Amino acid sequence: MKYLCLIYQEEKQEANVPRDVIQKAKSDFWAFTEDIKKTGNYVGSHGLQHTDTATTVRVRNGKLSTTDGPFAETKEQLGGYFLIDAKDLNEAIVIAARIPSAKWGSVEVRPVWDKTS
Amino acid sequence: MGLGRSAPGVGQDLIDTIESVYRAESRRVLATLIRLLGDFDLAEEALQEAFAAAVEKWPAEGIPSNPRAWLVSTGRFKAIDRLRRSQREVSDEHDVPQAAAEYKEVADDELRLIFTCCHPALSPDAQVALTLREVCGLTTEEIARAFLTTAPTVAQRIVRAKGKIKGAGIPYEVPALSDLPERLDAVLRVVYLVFNEGYRFRHDLSGEAIRLGHLLAELLPDPEVLGLLALMLLHDSRRAARLSAEGDIVLLEEQDRSLWDHAEIAEGVALVERALASRRVGPYLLQAAIAAVHADAGDSTKTDWNEIVGLYDVLLRMDPSPVVELNRAAAIAMRDGPAAGLALMDAILARGDLTDYNHAHSARGELLRRLKRLGEASEAYKRALQLVTQDAERRFLERRLESLQQPLDR
Repeated sequence: MKYLCLIYQEEKQEANVPRDVIQKAKSDFWAFTEDIKKTGNYVGSHGLQHTDTATTVRVRNGKLSTTDGPFAETKEQLGGYFLIDAKDLNEAIVIAARIPSAKWGSVEVRPVWDKTS
Repeated sequence: MGLGRSAPGVGQDLIDTIESVYRAESRRVLATLIRLLGDFDLAEEALQEAFAAAVEKWPAEGIPSNPRAWLVSTGRFKAIDRLRRSQREVSDEHDVPQAAAEYKEVADDELRLIFTCCHPALSPDAQVALTLREVCGLTTEEIARAFLTTAPTVAQRIVRAKGKIKGAGIPYEVPALSDLPERLDAVLRVVYLVFNEGYRFRHDLSGEAIRLGHLLAELLPDPEVLGLLALMLLHDSRRAARLSAEGDIVLLEEQDRSLWDHAEIAEGVALVERALASRRVGPYLLQAAIAAVHADAGDSTKTDWNEIVGLYDVLLRMDPSPVVELNRAAAIAMRDGPAAGLALMDAILARGDLTDYNHAHSARGELLRRLKRLGEASEAYKRALQLVTQDAERRFLERRLESLQQPLDR
């Protein structure tokens, strides 16, 4: 099954994080990605720019509206994702727990609709 | 009961037999069918069809030597047959039921079912509802009654949980050893909740919880698993003594100890000793050890309160909670006198932790009564009465309150 691991963290806190900690986080993310590529669990991943670059789009009664910022104001913001392939939810949870930012943010694990169902 | 039909011309004896097979085997058959069919709903339909087939066939063919295996293979066949028909694949070829080896996994299947129902990805409420429905075979109405909610709410919880198991790919398996501690916590919590629910209201539920406890202990003899089983057995051993003939609550100190179930006590105590030998102590084991000290006293005056206080001290360090503090205060009152216990209880209540917990007020009332501060005792019992929800507890408090008007009898 495929699972989308949505990475949430507090953007505001990032400004306070020392440089070397950020460097370490980057190399941890890189190592994690290489790791799950080797085990065949990796499908895809991206990091996202901050929510102050986000635009929310809606179409109502045929009329387009665009608003500045993300859809919802929350404490933690979506900062990136990993799309993984796992045997079942248990394996997906084990992999999600290894995402470096799980130690300071949170990871939402969402099963992806199977095209056959 | 799930067997809501009786075929015409079938003897009552046979219906009774099938009913008792249903009670004894239906959950195990279901657990295996879920594994074989890979789907909760499909397995439940197959279970009902297997029993319908039993009502139809057993009168003529006789009861099979292994009813469980018969039911599993019949249910499996019916489900596969239905799947095939729905896929419009006509096939007369009957699926030969798997060899007997498959049915040896039954106990493992029940464990799989318990761990799946108590998966931490499901909400705690859903875990309890699903366990009672799938593992214990309770109806949604029965679950709703036990947890003071409505049947549609319970039904919705169960449907959602099953949807998540299927949709999110929660596997039907006993977790790996490395994940076991965390996963076991959830299972033990649910089993103990079921036991407590049964202990207060319905004995069949506590029996189910003890059965699950035995099953877990047999397959995963972790000290906390043994501790929980011991705790349940030791509590259950007092069942015949804890209510009077009129259904009124009898306090531990006043129970007729000859009514205690000494076989259950022996089993519970042996489990406590075995678990303590592992030197890995957890909250369930400590509570079981406390219950074992009570069980060890031939009459209440011989209770080793010093030992009990010591065990509560360890429990409080390991698993701090206001309720454990309250119980410790009650034990201190027995060891050092009511004034010492009362001071601790007043401090707990002053923090505001147990203000709405009726047992805190009734325990306090009891100590005030012993201290002959009858006016305050009466106030405390009245506060407890405002908070109580259960009839037997209400009658108990009312009798306590009445007894304050009479001269002290002890």
